[in-house]
Amino acid sequence: MKIGTPKEVFEGEARVAMTPDSARQLQKLGYDCAIESGAGEKAGFTDDAYAEAGVEIIKTAAALWKVADIVAKVRPPSEAEVKRLTQGKLLISFFWPAQNKDLMEEAAKKGASVIAMDMVPRISRAQKMDALSSMANIAGYRAVIEAGNNFGRFFTGQITAAGKVPPAKVLVVGAGVAGLAAIGTSTSLGAITYAFDVRPEVAEQVESMGAEFVFLDFEEEAKDGAETGGYASVSSPEFTAAQLAKFRELAPDMDIVITTALIPNREAPELWTKDMVDAMKPGSVIVDLAAEKGGNCKLTKMDEKIVTDNGVTIIGYTDFPSRMATQSSTLFATNIRHLMTDLTPDKDGKVKHNMEDDVIRGATIAHEKEVTFPPPPPKTKAIAAQKPKEKVKEKTPEEKRAEEIAAFKQQTKNQVTLLAIGGALVLGAGLIAPASFMQHFIVFVLSVFIGFQVIWGVAHSLHTPLMAVTNAISSIIILGALIQIGSSSMLVTALAALGIFMAAINIFGGFLVTRRMLAMFQKS
Amino acid sequence: MEFGFTIAAYAVAAVLFILSLGGLSNQESAKRAVWYGIAGMAIAVVATMTGPGQGLWLASIVLIALGAGVGYQLATKVEMTQMPELVAVMHSLVGLAAVFVGFNADLTINMVQAAQAAGDTVTGSFAELVAKKTPVEIGILKIELVLGIWIGAVTFTGSVIAYGKLAGKVNSAAKKLPGGHILNAGAAALSLVLAIAYLADAGSWTLVVLTLLALFIGYHLIMGIGGADMPVVVSMLNSYSGWAAAAIGFSLGNDLLIVVGALVGSSGAILSYIMCKAMNRSFVSVILGGFGGTTGPAAEVEGEQVPIDAEGVASALEEADSVIIIPGYGMAVAQAQNSVSELTKRLRAQGKNVRFAIHPVAGRLPGHMNVLLAEAKVPYDIVLEMDEINDDFPDTDVVIVIGSNDIVNPAAQDDPNSPIAGMPVLECWKAKNVFVSKRGQGTGYSGIENPLFFKDNTRMFYGDAKKSLDELLSKLP
Repeated sequence: MKIGTPKEVFEGEARVAMTPDSARQLQKLGYDCAIESGAGEKAGFTDDAYAEAGVEIIKTAAALWKVADIVAKVRPPSEAEVKRLTQGKLLISFFWPAQNKDLMEEAAKKGASVIAMDMVPRISRAQKMDALSSMANIAGYRAVIEAGNNFGRFFTGQITAAGKVPPAKVLVVGAGVAGLAAIGTSTSLGAITYAFDVRPEVAEQVESMGAEFVFLDFEEEAKDGAETGGYASVSSPEFTAAQLAKFRELAPDMDIVITTALIPNREAPELWTKDMVDAMKPGSVIVDLAAEKGGNCKLTKMDEKIVTDNGVTIIGYTDFPSRMATQSSTLFATNIRHLMTDLTPDKDGKVKHNMEDDVIRGATIAHEKEVTFPPPPPKTKAIAAQKPKEKVKEKTPEEKRAEEIAAFKQQTKNQVTLLAIGGALVLGAGLIAPASFMQHFIVFVLSVFIGFQVIWGVAHSLHTPLMAVTNAISSIIILGALIQIGSSSMLVTALAALGIFMAAINIFGGFLVTRRMLAMFQKS
Repeated sequence: MEFGFTIAAYAVAAVLFILSLGGLSNQESAKRAVWYGIAGMAIAVVATMTGPGQGLWLASIVLIALGAGVGYQLATKVEMTQMPELVAVMHSLVGLAAVFVGFNADLTINMVQAAQAAGDTVTGSFAELVAKKTPVEIGILKIELVLGIWIGAVTFTGSVIAYGKLAGKVNSAAKKLPGGHILNAGAAALSLVLAIAYLADAGSWTLVVLTLLALFIGYHLIMGIGGADMPVVVSMLNSYSGWAAAAIGFSLGNDLLIVVGALVGSSGAILSYIMCKAMNRSFVSVILGGFGGTTGPAAEVEGEQVPIDAEGVASALEEADSVIIIPGYGMAVAQAQNSVSELTKRLRAQGKNVRFAIHPVAGRLPGHMNVLLAEAKVPYDIVLEMDEINDDFPDTDVVIVIGSNDIVNPAAQDDPNSPIAGMPVLECWKAKNVFVSKRGQGTGYSGIENPLFFKDNTRMFYGDAKKSLDELLSKLP
């Protein structure tokens, strides 16, 4: 089958759904690849690069849509593009089926299958094809870069000959994929970074990236992020109030605020109010990644950069991934390639649309003339339910000391008990056994004791040689046989002879093999 | 020569033996220590042969020479991967020799008693020794030789079965006859009855039956223990062979035998203890076979095992600064130690910090992995024990797990319901990348799923360890 990628028709879109690299991988799966001439140009991939990777270059979009059995693109299809779908074709792209119902129905009617990249369920198996996360990651990075671009100071603090520069303070609201990417970028540029999220369980992730998690003084039964597939849900009014109060307190200090708070299928919550903007210092920057859904700050204008009266810049761009088209195309194309790998279990270049598979079922919105959106809930839960954490109490020095003393006492008690029992047994034996036996018994007890002391000192790495050498010396039993061989009984002599023979094997074998092993241990 | 001289020689030999074991505390002194052992043995044998009452000089020397020939063949031919088998075979020989010597003692006692009853004198040093003993001493002598024979016989069949399992000649799965441990317990109880009967002068037939029972116990006990518990079994048998020698030493009144037997016995006991501790299992539960019961359902493992090819591993290795390799029994099975060594050499030549992490129960014999790596010329100073290296994993770029499973299972720490909960494990999942070289998706010896394989930073490098590593080597500069 043939996979084709047309040029994006959306105004200003620079991304492309296939790169020369991904095309090579797709060919390994048995597919032929085709691309519309110039499709990769804005993302930095020339037609020549595609041709070199074995991709067929097709002059017009119309021709490409005609020959391709599978069309992979980035943006949702336009009406004109949907018209080009025919029976049996497969379209893979972002689709936003909830917003684009008409297009979806139209595509289903035409008999084409549609896989929406934005509908890939959030389960760990599907992470490799989660294009939303790839794009959010880029958006988070780019948000910091855009902020830096509009911010008049350094991110990192410096003490130079020309004076002291304080570090920038960055607040990231919402620690999802984009938020975490922003946190990582900001901390690595040297800014003091704070982060907030309504899900307290992400505090650990935030702190692991080097930022400080902003905790609220608010007691509420924490909601389990696992119930909502790892996304945030709507919070209670009291919680929202506490949250806004905290932001109000932070606002005057912050140089850069990046808001990324989105709730699935809802308008973005207002988190950064006008009075907070007013409280900020002139020259501060707000990047609102939720601009497309109305913005976390109501002053935000979608796709625009504005400067407020008090000199705060608010950036409301929605095309961050497209602004880094090379990177985002690479990641998106890889996501598509992973999806194709799952669709082609036999690597024979034929799509096997398995509607039993959670991931494929979840992402498919039109199949065999039916609209298959919304999908049934996936069989596997997105994220393991958060286990309630046990708090390990830090022990005070007194407690530690007391524990040590208790342990020492216990040890002493054990040792004394053992000694007492052992001593009693030995003494008991001494009462019955004759003196000649006790002489040997003393030797035995002392030897066991020496044995224990000596063997504890043996290096773990030499345990095998230890076994071989103990083997060899346990053949000391040869002495017994040697003493007995001079007997007047033939049977005794014969058994003793056998004993000598076997023990001799052991002595020589054991020592030789030990020597062989030890000689192998070399220092570097 | 005089009796006193023999005793003096024994004292010297005993000191030499202790030094030879003590010298194993590090690799360099160990090379010297083995000579102490050899010297001690030579002195002991020569002193005994020149001692009082020794007859059949020539025959003894010929027999020793023959044994030496066979021993030499064994020691020089054996592959290092077969060390566990060799050790098991040698244990069986000690056990059998102890049985023979014990029977001889019984025969001699009968002979002496018969001679005394007839008013004759007896010849042979041991017989003369017996003749001097009082009835109480004879009684104790009999207890000792019963013990010696019983332990020796258990050691003999146990070692033969252990050898069979290690060499793959006997199915290594745990197998029991119907009745299980009841059979063992019954046989042991019956042995006790027979032993008492023997002491009450019921005749030598009791001794023969007792030996047969002991042989059965040795067979059945070890049949019931699975392959991966062999480190414990082999060290336990090592310990038994020591105790058998000590018991025989008592019955012969020979102090050197007692000393050496006690040394070997305690050495084996300590090794068993270390192995059990490393599996967080009690000695009894290992010997009785099988894993202990669980307290609840094990946590479910989520995610998927992501495979990777040699190219991917090679590129990760190229970028890594620090690498830790965790070998397991799978490396020994695939005979991959030389490829591992070559990999180490190449990576070290590029200035990377390569180390090995050895879990105490990796392999089928205590210290098995160390010997294999030493054979493949991996320097021993980069081969570290679990406790030495466990804290270094978070700073490690790449961990390569070769043929190990349970010893790197995070469930031991995370999942209190896991059958191996609490067992100390190598915390390799804390490293940035983990590559697991493994034949397929199966579980380890304990039969439990390993969550390590499903972690985000783990990639599965499927295939025979040696083939995979050779392929990897071809991709490295």
